Amino acid sequence: MEATIRVLRYNPESDAEPNFVEYKVPVDPMDRVLDALHHIKWNFDGSLSFRRSCAHGICGSDAMLINGRNRLACKVLMKDLPGTVTVEPIKGLRILKDLIVDMDAFFESYKAVMPFLINDEPTTGKERLQSTEDRERFDDTTKCILCAACTTSCPIYWPDNSYIGPASIVNAHRFIFDSRDRGAAERMEKLSGADGVWKCRTTFNCTNACPRDIDVTTAIQQVKRELIFNKV
Amino acid sequence: MIHTHTYDVVIVGAGGAGMRAAIESAGKVSTAVITKLYPTRSHTGAAQGGMCAALGNLEEDKWEWHAFDTVKGSDYLGDQDAIDVMCKEAVDAVIELEHMGLPFSRNDDGTIAQRPFGGHTRNHGEAPVRRACYAADRTGHMILQTLYQQCVKRDVEFFNEFYVLDFLKSPDGTQTAGVVAYDLRTGDLHVFRAKAVVFASGGFGKMFKVTSNAHALTGDGPAVLYRRGFPLEDMEFFQFHPTGIYRLGILLSEAARGEGGILRNKDGERFMERYAPTIKDLAPRDMVSRAIRQEINEGRGCGPDGDYVLLDLTHLPREQLDEKLPDITEFARTYLGVEPYNQGVPIQPTAHYAMGGIPTNVNAEVRSSATDIFPGLYAAGECASVSVHGANRLGTNSLLDIVVFGRRAGLAAVAYAMETAEHAELPANPTADVEAMLSRIVGNTDGESAVKIRAELQNTMNNNAQVFRTGELLAEQQQILDGLQKRFDGIRIDDKGKAFNTDLVEAIELGHLLDLAEALVEGALTREESRGAHYREDFPTRDDENWLKHTLVYRNPDGSRRFEYRPVTLGRYEPMERKY
Repeated sequence: MEATIRVLRYNPESDAEPNFVEYKVPVDPMDRVLDALHHIKWNFDGSLSFRRSCAHGICGSDAMLINGRNRLACKVLMKDLPGTVTVEPIKGLRILKDLIVDMDAFFESYKAVMPFLINDEPTTGKERLQSTEDRERFDDTTKCILCAACTTSCPIYWPDNSYIGPASIVNAHRFIFDSRDRGAAERMEKLSGADGVWKCRTTFNCTNACPRDIDVTTAIQQVKRELIFNKV
Repeated sequence: MIHTHTYDVVIVGAGGAGMRAAIESAGKVSTAVITKLYPTRSHTGAAQGGMCAALGNLEEDKWEWHAFDTVKGSDYLGDQDAIDVMCKEAVDAVIELEHMGLPFSRNDDGTIAQRPFGGHTRNHGEAPVRRACYAADRTGHMILQTLYQQCVKRDVEFFNEFYVLDFLKSPDGTQTAGVVAYDLRTGDLHVFRAKAVVFASGGFGKMFKVTSNAHALTGDGPAVLYRRGFPLEDMEFFQFHPTGIYRLGILLSEAARGEGGILRNKDGERFMERYAPTIKDLAPRDMVSRAIRQEINEGRGCGPDGDYVLLDLTHLPREQLDEKLPDITEFARTYLGVEPYNQGVPIQPTAHYAMGGIPTNVNAEVRSSATDIFPGLYAAGECASVSVHGANRLGTNSLLDIVVFGRRAGLAAVAYAMETAEHAELPANPTADVEAMLSRIVGNTDGESAVKIRAELQNTMNNNAQVFRTGELLAEQQQILDGLQKRFDGIRIDDKGKAFNTDLVEAIELGHLLDLAEALVEGALTREESRGAHYREDFPTRDDENWLKHTLVYRNPDGSRRFEYRPVTLGRYEPMERKY
């Protein structure tokens, strides 16, 4: 079958602003959107630029705005996108070229929540024990691949990169609810501050956007509750 | 524009091995990690099933048993000193990752969960043993995330989306001087002076059409060193994983069989019972892949073209699939529209892992010949050949390899940097060769694009250098590669810009793949025996008398190749027939 694909193109060396370019692409219904983008790049215009690597939803390189929704281009099949397909870069971050955005602000927010296990207690030569129930409490948020689909779907984040955003909260959650972690108090300042979790207005865009099916909004609400009731 | 930086240690690649090395190095000496992707995009994250270590959490286990299985799995080509180191250090490596925060799945008593995996056995082959430590079916993802978290904690300095294109020696050719990298964002070249350089750049499965490998896996590190006159080791040994998603090659972990999954042919027969009566579906990957190909070749494959078999999980409880194999069952649903609860999943062997690569010793020091090491240069992970995997890697040993030898590479690089007072002098014009290559590719106006050459490379490698090989097919493939190299010389790209010129990057990557494919094919043609993943139909038995040795291949200045051999380091386990 033939698909019509509109791609928002921008070349910083020649374009004043981004413009849509339309392509007619022969596709198999089981093709990924990523396959269609490769077809364009490899057959029509080699200068089309986008990030991708694993091509099966694990590396988190190819989050894009596809028909108005943040998706991984390697995880959406053409058969599920009837009609004209519109592909744009994820929103809220500066476009560097075509579908490639500047990820620096995203990773800075991630780093701000101290996304690493904090525990200075002495260890033995054995593992720390953790019950299967305790392990289950943060299982969902360990799936995060830092693709930025959630954060860049958040209307609070679009005009204001100072908000730490859903992905950072998900990664804070992953440690706050880990029975082995002792760093909750240290993370509190950032999470409860002006740019922290209280900026979230519970629009659920993040949950809808997550390609790993993480219940992002629930994780954010759990962090909020923890801040109020357990004064972490 | 050319920028110059100076560090004590430069690490090329930010997957598991590179970041584990950085954790040793950062904070002790000035360290830069240069990576063509963002670190968390590395293909370590795609590893699923587990990381073996003889913790013995669920049943008796010993590191010596793990070592025996690894030696036997390698078809006796693995170096036993290196295998001992890896299997012995495995236990501490897993505990260390747990202490770093890795969220392993747990047993009821709170210890790290373990499950069976292909080729891993109790007491020298008696029965499968639960040795693979895992985090559901995303163990690699959790290792990658945990190591990145530790790098964030230590404030490791990353140069993201910088592509290393050359290795620099001192003017007299005896010392490590640094690397040259291309900044994808600006198109500028950067010279990184370094006392020690660690290559941890991953594999090169993208030379095959059906592969589990990411687009980025184009063998950049091995190709850069090969072009600089370094040998590559055991390139002919390339692993085909038995269970790739039909046509796409996406990995479906061996953990599926560790959890009880069964391979079936079109008659519904559990055919592995015929090939490996004792451990059946949990035989090593080389044997299972050949068994699948044989079933297909003899007309017992499934589907209209009879070109796949089924991975049957339908007898397993849904809760077990949801808890232990959530990602791979999701892959089957997303990419095949198959529901693993009640349908068999179509699979076929997929190009998966390079056993060969940059030769090193147990301290990750790079060999410049069969007898010498090159001062200040290290390699670890899939790009390297220690050799712990020999002719066939056992499942889970790659995650173990990157953590154990990534750490050792970091330690050795730090020690070398500390004892080396001065940086080596740079060559007179350090970027000259890279600039010449870039301007040739960007300057060509009437050649052909990378697309067709790459497709032909991948198709023909898939057909001619696969699970079953013959001298005839390999010789034909050599001719084909010759022709592709000539066409590559005139390669043309559309994008002439500076910013994120991924057109240019893909062309450079293709050049790397072509050079490595030549090394692989000529190595396979030269090795007239069958061992591990290298199976010659015209020489179907292992020949220890002539071939119990590592291949070292060098690239001559005219592009042709020459070979040298290095003895295998034997130890406790004498080569014997490999039966499961």
